[in-house]
Amino acid sequence: MAELLLEILSEEIPARMQARAAEDLRALVAAKLKEAGLAFTSARAFATPRRLALVVDGLPEKQPDTIEEKKGPRTDAPPQAIQGFLKAAGLDSVGQCEVREVGKAKVYFHAVKRAGRPTSEVLPALLAEAMAALPWPKSMHWGGGAARWVRPVHSILCVFAGGPVSGSALGCTFGAATRGHRFLAPDAFEVCDFADYAAKLLAAKVMLDPAERRAEIARQCAEGAGEAGLGVKDDKALLDEVTGLVEWPVVLMGSIDGRFMALPPEVLTASMRAHQKYFSLLAADGALAPNFLVVANTTTTDGGTAIVAGNERVLRARLSDAKFFWDQDRKIALGDRVPALAKIVFHAKLGTLGAKVERMAALAADLCAHVPGAGRDQVRGAALLAKADLTTGMVGEFPELQGVMGRYYALHQGESAAIGDAIAEHYAPRGPDDRCPRAPVSVALALADKLDTLTGFFAIDERPTGSKDPYALRRAALGVIRLILENHIRLPLGAIVRTALSLYPLELSESVPESRDSLTTVLLESQGSEPARRVPARDSRSDRISGQVLEFFADRLKVHLREKGVRHDLVTAVFALGDEDDLVRLLARVDALGAFLATDDGANLLVAYKRAANIVAIEEKKDKVKYDQPVHPGQLLAVEADALRQEMESTVQFFDRSLIAEDFEGAMTRLARLRRPIDLFFDKVKVNTDDAVARPNRLRLLSQIRTTMNRVADFSKVEG
Amino acid sequence: MTETSAAKLSFQDLILRLHLYWSRQGCLILQPYDVEVGAGTFHPATTLRALGKKPWKAAYVQPSRRPSDGRYGENPNRLQHYYQYQVILKPSPEDAQALYLGSLAEIGIDSAAHDIRFVEDDWESPTLGAWGLGWEVWCDGMEVSQFTYFQQVGGIDCDPVSVEFTYGLERLAMYVQGVENVYDLAFNDSGTSYGEIFKQNEIEFSAYNFEHANVEALLRHFKDAEDECRALLAAKLALPAYDQCIKASHLFNLLEARGVISVTERQSHIARVRALAKGCCEAWVASQGKTESASA
Repeated sequence: MAELLLEILSEEIPARMQARAAEDLRALVAAKLKEAGLAFTSARAFATPRRLALVVDGLPEKQPDTIEEKKGPRTDAPPQAIQGFLKAAGLDSVGQCEVREVGKAKVYFHAVKRAGRPTSEVLPALLAEAMAALPWPKSMHWGGGAARWVRPVHSILCVFAGGPVSGSALGCTFGAATRGHRFLAPDAFEVCDFADYAAKLLAAKVMLDPAERRAEIARQCAEGAGEAGLGVKDDKALLDEVTGLVEWPVVLMGSIDGRFMALPPEVLTASMRAHQKYFSLLAADGALAPNFLVVANTTTTDGGTAIVAGNERVLRARLSDAKFFWDQDRKIALGDRVPALAKIVFHAKLGTLGAKVERMAALAADLCAHVPGAGRDQVRGAALLAKADLTTGMVGEFPELQGVMGRYYALHQGESAAIGDAIAEHYAPRGPDDRCPRAPVSVALALADKLDTLTGFFAIDERPTGSKDPYALRRAALGVIRLILENHIRLPLGAIVRTALSLYPLELSESVPESRDSLTTVLLESQGSEPARRVPARDSRSDRISGQVLEFFADRLKVHLREKGVRHDLVTAVFALGDEDDLVRLLARVDALGAFLATDDGANLLVAYKRAANIVAIEEKKDKVKYDQPVHPGQLLAVEADALRQEMESTVQFFDRSLIAEDFEGAMTRLARLRRPIDLFFDKVKVNTDDAVARPNRLRLLSQIRTTMNRVADFSKVEG
Repeated sequence: MTETSAAKLSFQDLILRLHLYWSRQGCLILQPYDVEVGAGTFHPATTLRALGKKPWKAAYVQPSRRPSDGRYGENPNRLQHYYQYQVILKPSPEDAQALYLGSLAEIGIDSAAHDIRFVEDDWESPTLGAWGLGWEVWCDGMEVSQFTYFQQVGGIDCDPVSVEFTYGLERLAMYVQGVENVYDLAFNDSGTSYGEIFKQNEIEFSAYNFEHANVEALLRHFKDAEDECRALLAAKLALPAYDQCIKASHLFNLLEARGVISVTERQSHIARVRALAKGCCEAWVASQGKTESASA
């Protein structure tokens, strides 16, 4: 068993690409090794700003021998055919072949043994192919060469079983040497295996493993902050990024000039983070401390004094800019900025931001009827101001502060906290992990913004396809779903989407493909089952588009619930009921169904349901008639059947009340009462009796079990 | 902060040091191009010479005009007219990074005392139809240069690939001198400041760029430059045509500073300049083909 070590030393690889590239290299080489019959025990890849490295353990010294078998003609084939086979196989006589019986015939076979090649001979081409195939988001040529990589490659180290592998790739000849840190240990050194490599790299001021580097940065940050009695503001994305910017992390602390501490903390953090990659620090009371941490890539003779002084100076310049914007922005009231939105294009086909906030205001006002506690005037006011901060200098400089700055400027002009919060929160939630707004005004505004965007882009046929979602419509739909579910907003989504669409000018009309108008048909089709019901395509363009938006919501809801661990078949069973566009009710049904099926009665009833449905389906097919007519009470001719019929009737009556009252748990409990009569029925009553009067009625009774239970959920979709 | 004597370089000595350094590396030391441009890349010594097979090494200072960046002399970090130091090496040498770092050492930025980093920053010029991959170079958190491997110019693939280093001279000088306001920079060693020479320019040109530039005349000039460029391209005069192309580009920048270009017009103006640039680059490559084969 031997070890392979590969390192590609290049100019600085963008931080955001390193982890993916290491994994791609590992996967590509692993796949090619398997293809070549070279089994191994483990393959690990590492990335630093200047290198990708790969170590594969437990490789054999040579490929296993293989036997390639050639099938020849039958023994009774014409001599020419047999001679032809011998010639092609390089054989002299049939004596060198094996004869085997294939079916009734005797057939010549010839086996060729191929000796496996030494691994060290297989590796060069294999590795060169893997490196050439590595996909980078952007790649380049350099000098006069034909090689393509993310940045110019300087050397490739390739060692197998303790010795160098000869080969070449990316314009470099393989060697056994590499270099350490660009400034701290630039000289070349040779290595013989991975342990030697890692140890010598460490001595040469390179921490190879990104996980270790990341932990080391976190450790130094915590230590530095702790010494100053401060805490580090958590920022996982920043930590990942700086891990990709250094080979030898050295965390240093700098100070923020006191005259900038009056700036909003979000501005300070954004300024330090976006441009400078500094970590913010927090005092014991949670307030931003007047210090920052910078992760340098080197140790210096002066212990970092010059580095800290330089970084502080850069930060002063950055914050002077920010302070200038903060002072200037507040000279114009947020309300006075609204007219300027009429000059900013939201999307060429969807008009200006001015038009968007008008639509948002109207839609948000409508939504107030469904969002308890949201006052129409407040919501309208917040909507009109929501985008005004986009015209401020600060948001121009830091787009990620949109909304947040709006709140500061709104409060500055005397707006209420509720309006300020709504402006700040209306972009949320920005994804599955982002905080979801709770305050009524915020919820109404956040819903209005997203629904307006979704319907607008669907109206101009700009929908996400595959991995492309340039307007983040999936995120918007998920946002709507989370806002509704997490705040228990009872919303007829179909009607609201139509309202949102009606607020766009009519000339938006484009030719949009036909589609059905329900959440559920699509869902079922995507699973290859028959739609529960089809809604005829309507002529109205508005209905077509809103249908597509609802389809999209169904799709995203499915994904959302799956990620939350909700049983997929239960969701499908409830979706199958028809076009339910109240997401809260939909989820309540799913929950009740799940709880019911977890009980003994529920599991048992599911079995009975499937049995009844099966019998009816088989008999209907055989008889070529439907048994969905009412049961004639006097014609069941069995006590147990009559009892079941009565229980079913009262269940139906109960459902008529409980389902309207949305008492799904009650409906399920009532359903459980069917278990005993059904069990007795199957025990005592023969469905396929010879009695021509009883048989169709008993089948109708079974059919009723199905239709009755289907009012709660389509049990045929439930697995198990 | 410990300042070495080299770290006291005046603005003019900084330029001289860079000239000497790049001259030693075999670069032609050229003079600024005498047409207004937004960046050193527009100099034909970069844009056009980056194309074709012939090796090329040059360095020069290029005054760069960005009308929208004017702040009437009130912002310590922003100017509508500033100086770039530009180096182009074709083909890009294997030790491009080391050569660049050598130039920093030459002006007193010692990598043993500072934190120098290459941070991803890809470059694209929509008006030139050009793009490349590279970094911004950070020194103690400050961007001191752009470092780009050209991949395409004028829509034409660069083969061989050139590498371009662009130093923002004022910012670099501010760093080297430890100054926080550009106007406080020592221009020479005899007490003349950058502000004494250029502050009035910034005030007056900001007023011109934002308030007084005659929009009708600018629009007319833009059209004239565009027409002239096309006529010269028809006559296969790549270099004079390219002058008109960069004039059109600068006129567009002025129009933008005057705030008269809407979002959609902006795109169409950029596309018009790009079409000119593409024509000029193609004409240049064609003319090089001729001279190359003529001399061969």
